[in-house]
Amino acid sequence: MTGSSISSPQAPPIKVVVAKPGLDGHDRGAKVVARSLRDAGMEVVYTGIFQTPESILRAVIQEDAQVLGLSSLSGAHMEYAEDLCTLLRENDREDVLFLVGGTIPEEDAAQLKRVGVTEVFGPGTRTEDIINYIVDGVGERADA
Amino acid sequence: MDHLNAVKEPAAASARVRKWKEERLAKDHERIPPRQEEFKTLSGLEIDDVYTEEDVKDIDPVEDIGLPGEYPFTRGPHASMYRGRPWTIRQVAGFGQAEDTNNRYKYLLAHGETGLSTDFDLPTLLGFDSDHPEYRREIGKIGVAVDTVVDFHALFDGIPLEEVSTSLTINASAAILLAMYRVVGDERGISGSQLTGTTQNDILKEYTAQNEFIFPPAKAAELVVDTMEYGAQVMPRFNPLNACGYHIRDAGATAVQEVGLTVSAALCYLELAQQRGIHPDTLAPRVSFFWDVHNDFLEEVAKLRAARRLWARLTRERLKCRDPRSWLMRAHCQTAGVSLTAQQPLNNVARTAIQALASVLGGTQSLHTNSLDEAFAIPSEEAIKVAVRTQQIILEESGAGDVVDPLAGSYYVESLTSQIEEEASELIGRIDEMGGMIAAVENGYANQLIADSAWEHQLSLERGERTIVGVNDFIDDDRSTGGIELFKLDPGVGERQMKRLAEVKRSREEARVAKALRELESVAGDLHHNRMPLIEEAVRARATVGEICDVLRSVWGEYQPSTVF
Repeated sequence: MTGSSISSPQAPPIKVVVAKPGLDGHDRGAKVVARSLRDAGMEVVYTGIFQTPESILRAVIQEDAQVLGLSSLSGAHMEYAEDLCTLLRENDREDVLFLVGGTIPEEDAAQLKRVGVTEVFGPGTRTEDIINYIVDGVGERADA
Repeated sequence: MDHLNAVKEPAAASARVRKWKEERLAKDHERIPPRQEEFKTLSGLEIDDVYTEEDVKDIDPVEDIGLPGEYPFTRGPHASMYRGRPWTIRQVAGFGQAEDTNNRYKYLLAHGETGLSTDFDLPTLLGFDSDHPEYRREIGKIGVAVDTVVDFHALFDGIPLEEVSTSLTINASAAILLAMYRVVGDERGISGSQLTGTTQNDILKEYTAQNEFIFPPAKAAELVVDTMEYGAQVMPRFNPLNACGYHIRDAGATAVQEVGLTVSAALCYLELAQQRGIHPDTLAPRVSFFWDVHNDFLEEVAKLRAARRLWARLTRERLKCRDPRSWLMRAHCQTAGVSLTAQQPLNNVARTAIQALASVLGGTQSLHTNSLDEAFAIPSEEAIKVAVRTQQIILEESGAGDVVDPLAGSYYVESLTSQIEEEASELIGRIDEMGGMIAAVENGYANQLIADSAWEHQLSLERGERTIVGVNDFIDDDRSTGGIELFKLDPGVGERQMKRLAEVKRSREEARVAKALRELESVAGDLHHNRMPLIEEAVRARATVGEICDVLRSVWGEYQPSTVF
């Protein structure tokens, strides 16, 4: 059902920014996800660690990204993700598929979705599921 | 007797084993095929059906294995091991303000912990104060907030520092916190020579694994040498350097890479010190190590044994150390955080117990057992108590500590020990060729090595070649935390910490702070001028972690994070 659109030669690659906000250095997950998306044919920019919501927004705008993947394992995911939702809204980039990954408790995930995060992926997620989600989500937004 | 002699004859043994494989084993496999196409350790080392005397024929029982407490220390750094003194039960703790963590220390000590270990919050780790406008949301979250020595006094209030050893999980700003520990002791009337413990302080693995760095690697490594020299002079029983494989492994490295990269870093600091004219025998006896003990039980036992032998040989042959204490690898182990699953979290108790047993059979000196809820949060008191009890059950009930190095002589364990030593040694050789560990950090080699291993591991999970119970097999539909109560941090911590910092800044003698910082700035660029006495003076004057780091930032600059993936 998915995966076919991604390999079609005429479609330009999906652009993704993978970002680490704040001072959290745990980037094993972010790097594995970035690599899986690149291997699936997407154009991926990894910001590296120590980013602010503002610098992440700048990367999204500069790269004209369709997808933002935010990874947080320091327990500060609520603040950073909420700030980014606000910034995306203020800059008319609500079209961006905003995904959050990390050890996010269920109640936090529900709250994040209420404020504008598209989806939350917890530990143990298969990279294939993330890829499929992005392909479907970007496709739907393009059709809308 | 004739029969025994025949077995010891290599050619005969080889023929005997070959015959067994071709006839007996093949017949079994015809009936019941192997349940996997190939068997590998968790680190990807290929493993055979069975190990025999064939596999250990090149291992010399005296030269390579030896006896506990004797060179090359394969069997343990001490002769009596746990029959004398048990390993130290050392659970890391840190959250909120100093008082919160101090209470957790006292809870742990009351439940049988025998050494302290501290985690600091991200601003402290990265040299920012709690009143930094950008990072307030991180105050006290993943560790305790420390701005000045006033916080350190509160952290260790009522703890007899002359009796309990303390591990400080601090790297980029380790020089400052080491000085704080010394100053707290001094201001309480405890001399430097009575203080025991470690600062983690292995900055090179920050650039490749844990990512809590401030300054460029070459400058930061010189600061590590400063702390080692300072330690030898004023805190001679304290280990200023705790070379770490833990974070390297948790970031995705294999067991071999964990040993190779960590030992390369430890060599790097000692060789930098040599360039300053400090003989390795002055510093090496106070270098300790920190390993990540993962799920593959026997591989981990072999890894610890291999690392000890490798370090003994390198310090003696390469660094020309003559003091036998320099050859000793003393280690702290922690069960693998990365192995904990958010799914079915009670299963983590079983994982941790297996890893803890491997640490003990591998001969660790100190051990942290992870709590079952640590995939989510700072552990609850209930969860951390189970973790402490796990160690007590191993010591008191399992018998594992009653014989020294009981797995020695196992064909498999000895063979794996040698293989890990050899492969780690080859990796060290490759790093030497590119100019040492600082070069391997700067050119991205080490980062790429770890990222590649992490990626391979992920693929093996997704292909179903590896099973993690509850994650990619034996999955429950219920994805909740299984009813465990997670720890919640008091949201008022940040405000209270900023208030305390403001009070310290109001009451301190500003002229003394300014003078101390100015003097530090004036020598910061001079490689051969040990900066520690000036950092100590700044700490005594109640300068903050952020102020001291800002001085060093202004002279050394900051390192830009890697975007390799």
